[in-house]
Amino acid sequence: MVKKINYESLISKKALSLKPSGIRKFFDLATNMKGVISLGVGEPDFATPWFIRQKAISALEHGKTVYTANAGLAQLRFAISDYLKEKIGVTYDAAKEIIVTVGGSEAIDLGIRALINPGDEAVIIEPCFVCYAPLVELAGGVPVTIKTMPEDDFKLRPDALLSALTDKTKLLILPFPNNPTGAVMTYEDLKPIAEILRERDIIVISDEIYAELTYGIKHVSIASFAGMKERTLVVNGFSKAYAMTGWRLGYLCGPAELIAQMLKIHQYGIMCSPTVSQYAAIDALNFGAKDVRKMVDEYDARRRWLTNALNELGLKCFEPRGAFYVFPSIQSTGLSSEEFAEKLLFEHKVAVVPGNAFGASGEGYIRISYAYSLGHLMSAIGEIREFLKKL
Amino acid sequence: METNRRICSLLKENAKLTPTDIARLLGITEADAEAAVRRLEQKGIIRGYSAVINEERLGSDYVSAFIEVKVTPKADDGFDEVARTIMMYDEVESLALMSGAFDLAVTVSGTDYKDIALFVAKRLSTINGVISTSTHFFLKPYKEKNFFLEEEQKDERGFFAP
Repeated sequence: MVKKINYESLISKKALSLKPSGIRKFFDLATNMKGVISLGVGEPDFATPWFIRQKAISALEHGKTVYTANAGLAQLRFAISDYLKEKIGVTYDAAKEIIVTVGGSEAIDLGIRALINPGDEAVIIEPCFVCYAPLVELAGGVPVTIKTMPEDDFKLRPDALLSALTDKTKLLILPFPNNPTGAVMTYEDLKPIAEILRERDIIVISDEIYAELTYGIKHVSIASFAGMKERTLVVNGFSKAYAMTGWRLGYLCGPAELIAQMLKIHQYGIMCSPTVSQYAAIDALNFGAKDVRKMVDEYDARRRWLTNALNELGLKCFEPRGAFYVFPSIQSTGLSSEEFAEKLLFEHKVAVVPGNAFGASGEGYIRISYAYSLGHLMSAIGEIREFLKKL
Repeated sequence: METNRRICSLLKENAKLTPTDIARLLGITEADAEAAVRRLEQKGIIRGYSAVINEERLGSDYVSAFIEVKVTPKADDGFDEVARTIMMYDEVESLALMSGAFDLAVTVSGTDYKDIALFVAKRLSTINGVISTSTHFFLKPYKEKNFFLEEEQKDERGFFAP
């Protein structure tokens, strides 16, 4: 006699309570359709620059197939330290203040898990990437959301931050350049935010994964403000800048006291990041600037083309200054984000992501990625034009 | 100047771009884009527009060769006179003066090997000043003008990713 297993009673309440990603539903719909023109992907269309791939092949040939130090190859950590010093003007000790992680995602998870006690509040700026709130909840924390507004160019306002802070606030997750809005926080925008935070015991997780992808404006890290390096965990990685999403490689930098705790979680949960990827990443940092420039120029041209085309179609769209997304309003159509995305998919086979997948404040918007060739974008816009005519 | 360079690099990648596209891509007005392209054409900076073709798939009879040519330079105008003579033949697709072991690099095409053999024997080698030729036939082109000629670019990504 075999007892029928009752999974429901075995699965943790926390796992059960996690909502599946809002994008999932559309993904399932679209995968069963033929000839879909997707604008839904959040990763570069470029393949990893060839010299980086060659470096990985050579690492394999030389038998670099064993674990590295838990925190990552020393050589890579030194390269990351040099890179950040040049890019954001903050110096991190390669020995104590950097962990090489499995993508930016693991870095975010480590930061949240090492800091949140049950009941602690984490302030999340919406619309944003989908993982922050679920990871906070998994750690027993309480996500407190701040909506950003199109009239503020989707930036975080200091008064909005102030009104979200309580004596339980432990974390602020600052996601700029922003996925999905493309908003960027400038030096002037960040200054008052830093002034609020440096008087308090709050840690900022600054998700800077899109830092290289800004247009006509230089990325500024909140860690570079006086009193903020000791309050900030900088998350970055190789996925977006070097078109290395599948290599799963990112990094987490911050005060040695925090990094030591996060390293324990990384050590037990992950051991070390993929070795071959780490070798390739050293070359990406040392020799990749030219390729990054080339990709950024290409994104920039598509960004301008797409923003113009959407505005011409009457889908009002704020000019994104970073990442590779535009976030047009679809409120003029009278449809909800999901209705719009679903109708567009079924009637014209164009896949976009409904804005509410990035938080309730994304309702009324859709996310369109321009990590696609210009020709692809042109045919998609043609379909959207036809679609809007019939509405 | 910067705009000119950017227009040229866009058109090098895709000569089909319209002034509207160029205007949107560079954030300039359509009239400016159109005028800039016209100026580039008038000044002879843009020399022409062409498509990159996989001849084998087209099913055409097409043979091409790369010929190394050694030349005695003329006292008054060096290699230019011989180069001009060679350039005028329709069979010649490209021609350049080179550094190194030979002087002129000539690419010629025809409908079969005999075409090219004839061109080398009757036309090229008989030109006054040409000392010697060395002909290499193209067997299989892989990449031309930055386009892959064989491999299809496939998007491996899913439809959605956050």
